[in-house]
Amino acid sequence: MLDHPATHVTGTVTDLQATGLAKSFGKARPVFEGLEFRIQRGECVALVGANGTGKSTLLRCCLGLIAPDCGQVSLLDQDIAAIKGPARRALRARTGLVGQKHNLVPRLSVLSNVIHGLLGRHSGPRYWVQGLAPAAARTAAFAALDKVGLADLALRRADQLSGGQSQRVGIARALVGNPRFLVADEPCASLDPQAGEEVMALFMSLVKREGVTVLFTSHNVQHALSYGDRILGLQGGRIAIDARAREVSAQDMARLYV
Amino acid sequence: MSDRSLPMRFARPGAGGFLGYLAVVLIILWSLEGAGWSADRLISSPPKLADFLDRAWPPSTHNLDRLAWKMVETLQIAIAGAAIGIVLSVPVALLAARGVLVGRGVSLAVRTILGFIRAVPDLAWALVFVVAVGLGPFAGMLAIVVDTIGYCGRFFADDMETTDPGPAEALTATGARRLDIAACATIPAALPAFVSTSLFGLEKAVRSSTILGLVGAGGIGIEMKVGFDLFDYPTAMTVILMIAVVVIGVEQIGAVLRAAIMGQAR
Ligand SMILES: Nc1ncnc2c1ncn2[C@@H]1O[C@H](COP(=O)(O)OP(=O)(O)OP(=O)(O)O)[C@@H](O)[C@H]1O
Ligand SMILES: [Mg+2]
Repeated sequence: MLDHPATHVTGTVTDLQATGLAKSFGKARPVFEGLEFRIQRGECVALVGANGTGKSTLLRCCLGLIAPDCGQVSLLDQDIAAIKGPARRALRARTGLVGQKHNLVPRLSVLSNVIHGLLGRHSGPRYWVQGLAPAAARTAAFAALDKVGLADLALRRADQLSGGQSQRVGIARALVGNPRFLVADEPCASLDPQAGEEVMALFMSLVKREGVTVLFTSHNVQHALSYGDRILGLQGGRIAIDARAREVSAQDMARLYV
Repeated sequence: MSDRSLPMRFARPGAGGFLGYLAVVLIILWSLEGAGWSADRLISSPPKLADFLDRAWPPSTHNLDRLAWKMVETLQIAIAGAAIGIVLSVPVALLAARGVLVGRGVSLAVRTILGFIRAVPDLAWALVFVVAVGLGPFAGMLAIVVDTIGYCGRFFADDMETTDPGPAEALTATGARRLDIAACATIPAALPAFVSTSLFGLEKAVRSSTILGLVGAGGIGIEMKVGFDLFDYPTAMTVILMIAVVVIGVEQIGAVLRAAIMGQAR
């Protein structure tokens, strides 16, 4: 096992800054309103909160996958709503997303799915399926699969994997492009305890060795407290906790879920 | 105890509902009137029908080999037309599906054009192509191509719009272009539905191709028309039976293939 990760020193460059973020769906009450926070380069931030408090929605807003009703997101020094086309794609190529649902393409092989993680930098039929892919892309994808321990399933069809295997393929797809900023929505939700620890350890090693910034959500309080440098707690559409992990007590966390 | 009570099985229709039912009945009666409903003629028809059957039976076996070749030509028109139509439907459908390559505006425009193509009957398309390229099977094939695009283009687009958006979102997040996302996520997910829709398109093409001959656009239809025109009812009967056998056969094969494909996709 790795040594205790929360001792990591965070940088001073801001990778993500959210100001006045609000989002509602239809006429319903806003999911959240007036959110303000920033994430420093090289930080590992745990976003926690009860079911339906808007964690996934907030992550989508941060990556510009959905537009907030108001407020601004600045990601890697760029206003995500202001850039379009190639500039936006270039920004997204520097970020990685592990979705809450693994979201693999079911009829394609595992290796093809991982190669798709390179589509932000490359385009065209050679990156559509592994059989046509350039050697460098296949090698990179295979290495990413190896990192998550699935190298021997490279040619298995994605719809013939277990939930946890699918999740790990999703992680490999997010890692293959060497993102500077990694967003992971409940990366361990369908993993067994051992695999969950391994995935979190993998994320931590990325943070430590490569200085990647990580924003993850988790319903596992222990994961959040031990792997997060910082805790962002959502409750009732507001940020209820924004503090360093070692300053957050188990009771503080428990209060989020009442 | 709560004061909630079991709901009634059927809601009693209100005055508006009653007027609605009345209107439907009146429209149907009015339509029967317009369609020249005549009890007398209906009652007098069985003897005439029996007479036709009597004269048409037994079906002629005279020109069986010529009719068989005409049927082969019919199937060739259907297969060639459906194949070209299905291939062309994929790019058309990509432009008709909202949110895949294009936004609401373009998608609406393409869907409107597809709606127009479907609104024009296949025989009308055949007449148009007879004018354009002359009598014969080529005109019929072109009519089938257009008809297939109207059908498959629309339903391929529906198939793509109803795929799980998750994989497409994941690829959007990696910075992929829309065309790459369509090729990597949307089309693979919609592929079983595409095959099923294509088989329906082929069945539809076979049905259409059997009557294109009525307007001189090739296929076995011309033999049926000639049979009726020359009062050669036995030959007409042979053609009708051949068409029935082929259409039912194609539908059966389609059903088997569809079941196999659906089974494959879990
Ligand atoms: N596309 C959508 N349309 C309408 N409502 C939505 C949509 N997506 C999310 N919501 C609503 O927004 C709220 C927040 O959803 P979100 O998925 O962000 O929650 P979450 O914090 O990620 O929950 P969980 O812990 O269960 O993953 C929920 O009430 C949900 O019903
Ligand atoms: Mg969620």
